[in-house]
Amino acid sequence: MELNDWLLALHLLSAFALVAALVLFTVVIVAVRRTDSPEQVASAGRLLPVGNTAVVVGSLGVIIFGVWLAISLDGVKVWDAWVIVAIVLWAVATEAGRRSDPEFAPAIERANELVAAGRLEPDAELASLARTSKGLTLHLIATVGTLLILVDMIWKPGA
Amino acid sequence: MLASIRPDSLNLPLFVHVFGAMVLVGGLLAAATAAFVARGDIRVLRVGYKTLLFVCLPGYIVMRVGAEWTYSRERLGDNGSDPTWIAIGYITADLGALLLLIALILGGIGMRRARNGAAGMLRVSLVLSVVLLAAYVVTIWAMGAKPV
Repeated sequence: MELNDWLLALHLLSAFALVAALVLFTVVIVAVRRTDSPEQVASAGRLLPVGNTAVVVGSLGVIIFGVWLAISLDGVKVWDAWVIVAIVLWAVATEAGRRSDPEFAPAIERANELVAAGRLEPDAELASLARTSKGLTLHLIATVGTLLILVDMIWKPGA
Repeated sequence: MLASIRPDSLNLPLFVHVFGAMVLVGGLLAAATAAFVARGDIRVLRVGYKTLLFVCLPGYIVMRVGAEWTYSRERLGDNGSDPTWIAIGYITADLGALLLLIALILGGIGMRRARNGAAGMLRVSLVLSVVLLAAYVVTIWAMGAKPV
């Protein structure tokens, strides 16, 4: 196996880690939006640390190995249109994802506080925090942006 | 270079395959995480099982349809034998289907038993997702690096 084979494999593994994190976040968002029970929101929130690790590893890995691959491969240049489109989409998706995290954090914190205080009945403030439309919109932008990167990577417009 | 060695007719089947695989792996990550962080909490195990059922199963079907579609378009097996990376893909996909099915059946039984507070079956179901996740990480590496 040559260096480029390894770079492609690591780029692909990073991409899977990134999308896996987005799927995990989607599962958590769906779970917390469907309930106003502090226990259920707190339970779903326990999945988040693994998603946070995966999204950091995936986001960094996909850009580092992707650019390295574009430099290393003879037939690809970093300034090729489809590579630039991918980098722009990556930046947009990463920033949207980064901004969505603090939108959902207060709901998880509130749920943990309520559970710690033994207040397990449905909570209106918690329901409001968990159903943040700004957080959902940012998550959708990150997800659609990442999906468009996949489309761009496969069709390679202009290549 | 990568684009020039792949015919355009493969783009859509490959997209379907990769998209399904990404959804499948994402669901497995969520289910495996649920198995690890639940610590007996049935609510977390239930989220994990529902992820297996509503995310991993559709993801697997899309991945498998895309794989067969890509394989038939690329005519990889026309010279009699498949490359090793294809063989790895087939083995993990077929064994993975079996394991996923077992996990779904065990988890389905576990969801019923969980009403009485018994979480064992649900936990076993989600532990299988950890095994599946590990197998698919190896498969992703093989698909990318294409050893032999």
